[in-house]
Amino acid sequence: MAEFFQYVVAASLVIAGIFGIVGSFGLIKLNDPMSRLHAPTKATTLGVGGVLIASMVHALMVEHHLSVHELLITIFLFLTAPITANFIAKAHIHRHCTAEDLPDPAPDARWAGLTEEEADTPDAQ
Amino acid sequence: MIIEYAIYFAAFCFGSSLLMNLWKIVSAEGVGDRVLALDTMVINAIALMVLFGMWKGTEIYFEAAMLIAMLGFVSTVAYARFMLRGNIIE
Repeated sequence: MAEFFQYVVAASLVIAGIFGIVGSFGLIKLNDPMSRLHAPTKATTLGVGGVLIASMVHALMVEHHLSVHELLITIFLFLTAPITANFIAKAHIHRHCTAEDLPDPAPDARWAGLTEEEADTPDAQ
Repeated sequence: MIIEYAIYFAAFCFGSSLLMNLWKIVSAEGVGDRVLALDTMVINAIALMVLFGMWKGTEIYFEAAMLIAMLGFVSTVAYARFMLRGNIIE
């Protein structure tokens, strides 16, 4: 039985490594800055999640003690990765986009990264 | 035994990811890409530390990985805030 779980740990480690390298390769390969945002924030986070799952299974099934630190790190990373992605996207809108580049926001709202003068589109006035 | 080889493979993957991120930090044309690459470096460093803890069979590295995760999040938010507003604490 322990041998089976060794294979589980090894498989999730290999999958995690592939996800991690795909995320970072996407970071240098993709062309558009907002496309580049996708690769590290999703694939790399999944890769780290795979490593942490492997670590939990390893501690529980191979070394026979329960370890919950990994769960803390996983929850923290999965909570913070979308927040950082949102912040970086907002900063990108603020620095590089005008209201004409973006789709129209909801009727009584404006884009968060734009200042009030930038958000006033000519056709809205 | 097979776990050890899997750890080597994963460490190779995350180590070369770190090198790619470093290359991106050097060669990026915008500051947003640099912040993104730095954030990815933090996440890859966490993965490497957890792998090292598994390899050595100790648990002390999980605490270090937790600390790095928190500091990495805070520093990325501070960088993004600086890009967005020009200062961090208003």
